[in-house]
Amino acid sequence: MEYALAVIVFVALVALVVLRPLVAGNQDQAATQARRADLEAAKESKYREIRDAELDLGMGKLSRADHRAIDSELRAEAIEILRELDGLDGLSAEAAAGRDHARRAHGDESAG
Amino acid sequence: MSGIGAACLFVGLLCAAYAAISGVYGGLSGRRQFVVSARRAFYCLAALLIGATAILQAAFLRSDFGYRLVAEGSSTDTPTFYKVTAMWATQEGSLLLWALLLSIFSSAVLFLTRDSLRAITPYATAVLAVVAGFFLLLTVVWVSPFDQLVQPPVEGSGLNPLLRHPAMMIHPPMLYTGYVGFAIPFAFAVGALVTRSVGADWIRATRRFALIAWTFLAAGIMLGALWSYTELGWGGYWAWDPVENASLMPWLTGTAFLHSIMVQEKRGMLKAWNVSLICMTFILSLMGTFLVRSGILESIHAFGASTIGTQFLIFIAIVVLGSVALVVWRLPDLRSTARLDSLLSREAFFLLNNLVLLALALVIFWGTFFPLISEAVTGTEASVGPPWFERLVTPLALVLVALTAVGPMVAWRRVTPAGLRKVLVIPVAVAAVTAGALLLGSDAGSSLTAVAMFCLVAFVLAVVTQELWRGASARRVMTGEAWPRALSSLIGRNRRRYGGYAAHAGLAVLMLGVAGSSAFAEQQDLRLAVGDSFRSGGWEITYDRPIARVGDDRAGTGAPISFGAQLTARRGDEFRTLRPSRNYYPAAGMEEGAIGRYFEGEATSEVDVRWGLGGDLWTAVRPDISSLRGSIEEADRKFAESDGDVRGLIITAIAEQYRRSPPPASFRAISSPLVSWIWIGGGILVLGALLAAWPAPQARMRRARSLYRARLGRDLTGA
Amino acid sequence: MRSASLAVSVNALVIMQAMDPSRKRRLRLVIALSVAVLLAGALVYTSFNAATEASTPSGLRSSVTPGKSYELTGKVVKGSIDRHGEELRFAIRDRDGSASVPVVYTGVVPDPFREGREVIVSGALERGTFNAERDSLVTKCPSKFTEDKQT
Repeated sequence: MEYALAVIVFVALVALVVLRPLVAGNQDQAATQARRADLEAAKESKYREIRDAELDLGMGKLSRADHRAIDSELRAEAIEILRELDGLDGLSAEAAAGRDHARRAHGDESAG
Repeated sequence: MSGIGAACLFVGLLCAAYAAISGVYGGLSGRRQFVVSARRAFYCLAALLIGATAILQAAFLRSDFGYRLVAEGSSTDTPTFYKVTAMWATQEGSLLLWALLLSIFSSAVLFLTRDSLRAITPYATAVLAVVAGFFLLLTVVWVSPFDQLVQPPVEGSGLNPLLRHPAMMIHPPMLYTGYVGFAIPFAFAVGALVTRSVGADWIRATRRFALIAWTFLAAGIMLGALWSYTELGWGGYWAWDPVENASLMPWLTGTAFLHSIMVQEKRGMLKAWNVSLICMTFILSLMGTFLVRSGILESIHAFGASTIGTQFLIFIAIVVLGSVALVVWRLPDLRSTARLDSLLSREAFFLLNNLVLLALALVIFWGTFFPLISEAVTGTEASVGPPWFERLVTPLALVLVALTAVGPMVAWRRVTPAGLRKVLVIPVAVAAVTAGALLLGSDAGSSLTAVAMFCLVAFVLAVVTQELWRGASARRVMTGEAWPRALSSLIGRNRRRYGGYAAHAGLAVLMLGVAGSSAFAEQQDLRLAVGDSFRSGGWEITYDRPIARVGDDRAGTGAPISFGAQLTARRGDEFRTLRPSRNYYPAAGMEEGAIGRYFEGEATSEVDVRWGLGGDLWTAVRPDISSLRGSIEEADRKFAESDGDVRGLIITAIAEQYRRSPPPASFRAISSPLVSWIWIGGGILVLGALLAAWPAPQARMRRARSLYRARLGRDLTGA
Repeated sequence: MRSASLAVSVNALVIMQAMDPSRKRRLRLVIALSVAVLLAGALVYTSFNAATEASTPSGLRSSVTPGKSYELTGKVVKGSIDRHGEELRFAIRDRDGSASVPVVYTGVVPDPFREGREVIVSGALERGTFNAERDSLVTKCPSKFTEDKQT
């Protein structure tokens, strides 16, 4: 008897908590928020890699040439992530295009 | 209250079922609100299971023997600490603990990822819900912790005396935290495979959970070994018993996983390895949980067929088949874009690391399940013993320790032989000097394996020291800080790296202890009369006098009678007193006699150890109470109906008889060199791992972020 | 003419270098697989060689190779425990009744050891008595599920 009563009460409480989002409906401006969170995590990871490479260089594990190559590659990847993050912020396409051009120029320099 | 507890479990099962269905539906349809709903169902599940656990613990604490579990595992005279921990000494209680930990961890991870990993979280939620649901199903349908007895006994059976040791009580929750912790990355891996988002996102989100799970599993294994060493009468810490092996295997594959994911994060390689490793780790965790309860392997832990063995087997089979199917199905997506540049690269060494750890796990798996394998192959059941395990595991362990030293020295992508030589020259020199010193200056050369391990340990420690020194130097060059500050900020700013190095050092120190104690331990079993002495490992040990204590429960284990011996150990100027003894717990019924039952119940060996960094002196005694048999039987006849006080007097008199004319007792003395370093090394390992898992303070992260953004911003604008 | 042959040889070099990585990879794979096969072979061979066959008292009665090591499982017969100084004598019977075998054992006796408990002990049958190896006695704990460990 105690069991049945408890089950009913618990089911009711749980239903209250669990069904609320279904009633409230879809709130999907969270989609961009989620993408931002994923990008932020990737960005942190990339920053750590750049720092690790610097430390390795300081400790003599990487030669200057190797470090330069790895560093510019990591920075390029980080820039991609930052660009996508800025894109989420809804900056104008023109500003993005301007940055693209500058990046390509920079990219040419480091490749040359 | 038990009805409420059972209701918590039943409604919890409904929550899990709902979370699974809602999660999958939310994932398939893209309707976010169902995923949110599933997450909330997990929060409810956690709350319900906390409630159920509280109700059960309350029953234990007030010794409510209407509960079958309390009647079987506790008694009014069980010390409070052991009343609280008795819950997970039972099958039902430990299943509840598993489900509780899983619901809490799942709630935590789902809360932390509520705004990220949108594609994966719905399916991860569903997977976690299914696992939680399985454990709850077991407790709801088959083995409920809230079973009531129709006729509650007046007194409970009490906790098995062998378990009345603090380490043994913390050991299960630690192991379970490990096992359950690995369910989190497993669930996200499944989600990643299902949704084909097999980048490093799922790894980044669950890495800390995996690391913490691994740490707790390591601590749990160490505690089990420590308990074996200090509580059991054989003086060893590892017997290659199936249940010990079952906890070690997921730890090994978990270690491989933790290292291998670094390769995926940095270079997008070893994706297939990573999903496979985490699936293996989780499956082995389930097996570890299951093996203790099944009857499939002859082990001291397994007692005939358990009631839930088949269900576990079916569930494990489903998980195995599902994982294999998923990985094979998504194999095209798991191909890496990058290629291995050189064998002298960290990627290659991590791959080698994976292979060595996998080989270790495979060897242990083969040996553990050999009875079943041989039965299937030859028709007769045969088993392999510790010597076989040691023979195969030792070379692999040596390679592993060597890898922990060389791995961090090798850079990503490629390191030139000259570059490698430059970083290794000092550590190799240290190792060589160690070898020379050991072979020439001591008789350690009797075991070449031990010498090899000692050299490798020196190698690892030299490497770690060198890394700290060079790193601090590099920092000083950059910032001009003083040495102590440079060192602390180096470690503080690179916790993952230096925490990892500390863990490596801990492992090396642990292996130092293992090698020393395995190769050079001296064990003696003898029968001594009072006044006899013997030698062990440089000690001269004398049996001074017998000990007989009644009602003096110093260790808090609830033992009324304790017989033992006082030994004096002398080595040079050092002088130690050791008091090993044997605790006697009364038997439950009256068949053994009113007085006899105090001597015929369970008995445990209380060892006494003289701990030392150079080596331990371990002693245990088995008193011979057969000479007291006559007096006990006479007392049984005369005082069958007496009350407690009279019984106490009789027993004290019998104890006095033992003290006055003690027959020779059986002793075991072991002098184990370096064995304490096992526990020290284990502690360093755990602390290193915790350091690596420690999140950096938010303020510093923001500063670092803005710094980088500024620098990269300059790159962006081409300045 | 010379520039043409130079061009040809440079091309050949380029092609050879282009082939090497995949050939290198295949070679690595072959080596790795061979090592794996060797290890697996060592595993299987050593385990089947070093294994002790498990048996029950009735199994020992029916078919036994004299002098061969067995791992005997069963329950301790009530009233059969007898201690003679260092030596422990007892009898093991099948889990479900029938046959029993007398055992002579020296070494550490696990704490849960008593009548009616399930034990595992290794040794060889000699003239009707099972001579147990030192320290090989394992006693299982009595209850349905207890986390316990003994050697």
